[in-house]
Amino acid sequence: MTGGIIEGIVIFTLATFLGVELINRVPPTLHTPLMSGSNAISGITIVGALVVAGGGFGWISVVFGVGAVILAMMNVVGGYAVTDRMLQMFRRTEKR
Amino acid sequence: MPAGLAELLYLVASALFVVGLKWLGSPDTARNGNRLSGAGMLLAVVVTLLTMEIVTPLWIVVGLVVGSGLGYWAARTVPMTGMPQMVALLNGFGGLASLFVGAAEFLRYELRGETIPTETGITIQLTLLVGGITFTGSVIAWAKLQEVMTGRPVVFPGIRLLTLAGLLAALGLGAYQVVTPEAFLAPFYVVIAIALVLGVLLVIPIGGADMPVVIALLNSYSGIAAAMSGFVIGNQVLIVAGALVGSSGVILTRIMCKAMNRSLWNVVFGAFGGAVAGSGKSAEGLTVRQVGAEDAAVQLAYARFVIVVPGYGLAVAQAQHQVRELADLIEKRGGEVKYAIHPVAGRMPGHMNVLLAEANVPYEKLVEMADINPEFPRADVVLVVGANDVVNPAARNDPGSPIYGMPILDADHAQSVIVMKRSMNTGFAGIENELFYLPKTAMLFGDAKASLSKLVTEMKAL
Repeated sequence: MTGGIIEGIVIFTLATFLGVELINRVPPTLHTPLMSGSNAISGITIVGALVVAGGGFGWISVVFGVGAVILAMMNVVGGYAVTDRMLQMFRRTEKR
Repeated sequence: MPAGLAELLYLVASALFVVGLKWLGSPDTARNGNRLSGAGMLLAVVVTLLTMEIVTPLWIVVGLVVGSGLGYWAARTVPMTGMPQMVALLNGFGGLASLFVGAAEFLRYELRGETIPTETGITIQLTLLVGGITFTGSVIAWAKLQEVMTGRPVVFPGIRLLTLAGLLAALGLGAYQVVTPEAFLAPFYVVIAIALVLGVLLVIPIGGADMPVVIALLNSYSGIAAAMSGFVIGNQVLIVAGALVGSSGVILTRIMCKAMNRSLWNVVFGAFGGAVAGSGKSAEGLTVRQVGAEDAAVQLAYARFVIVVPGYGLAVAQAQHQVRELADLIEKRGGEVKYAIHPVAGRMPGHMNVLLAEANVPYEKLVEMADINPEFPRADVVLVVGANDVVNPAARNDPGSPIYGMPILDADHAQSVIVMKRSMNTGFAGIENELFYLPKTAMLFGDAKASLSKLVTEMKAL
């Protein structure tokens, strides 16, 4: 990364404040799905994993890159699937 | 794909994460919010695959398929009670993945004999440190919740000093690496090793009851690790998404701490510590009143207002459906039923809501602590199912108790209390509960599921 470091810090800081604003308003009922849903988003490191795995750096790409791809994909797919499984159970009073 | 277009599509993915998180905040839109954020993730992955010059596509495909398969399998098979452990473990994998990304970038420079730019060097070191701590910390949290290891705090003399020394050593070595033009391998490995040990040292002294806070905090760390790896490879979608998760984790951690009336410092640096021994009241000389299912059923059948306090024991026994059946019967007889949800009921904030939702309990009936507490004096019967510490009056009136000051559900203010419990064992925090010894409290011993089924049968027979 060259030159973009300040830009990166600006983006990081603004996104942090945005995250606080988004999450302050969540009712406790949804805290567990929220935690697992945001955990799935942290699997965004899959992008870094793919860059490394596809970089063609010999054994480094294969071991660390593919290792990271597997781990990050588990985080992503597992996180979204389990969050969806939880959320599908939330429903209002059934009509009787 | 041109770089400019890729950047724009990454921006779209970031926007989907933001809107997805926003939608996750309301029960009606949450599921779509999660899907939206998933779509953002898919977009980010596809854009990345199209942008780079793939050298070894086979390996990448293998990695993607294996990772997705394992993740999906785990998500489908994990029981709802195991959700906190699941989140902890997934979190740890994310942290380790970030560590791998940082490590690979470092090794790449080292392999080519190139100098690492200062800013890249700093972020690589931070990725290694945060990623490593996230990984082992999450694994320990998982082990404690899964009861692979003891839920009690594990401490030894000098653990705090050692932790501090380790942190300083890692930062020092990292700084040394950054200012040294050529990359040296030895300190690099040492930093990783220290980070992994630090994760263990930071989490083992924390008791099982505090694990929700730890998971929330580690969730934040995994986001920060992802953001740091975004700095390393110069990718903005990583920075944005990582920062969003980083701040969400901190907010959730704060909410949890508030619920337990503890400061984060207090949780992380040991309150339960070794102090548990000797504090808290002993139960010696006190007796409990036992009740059978028949009498309990009669009591419930003629109650006008029943408050159910569900705890983790209910979840372990998988008795959510029986509770709901019982509630339906009470309502059919004209009674009113509400569920009192402590912020840390279950083992994570909102965990109990998920478990009850699984049993089709409408979520309007789940009432939060602040709203239900004034209603307890009006309740004819409070049915405590597998909960312990969250109804322990010692939190209000025994300054010697380790949980003193923790907000609790005022079950002891009700007209009468029925406690369903497996045995007289102490709760997750390992503390005696004086609620069980009150004259108005009756104990119904046995497995929660079996006892509830018995209650249902008895009530139907009335």
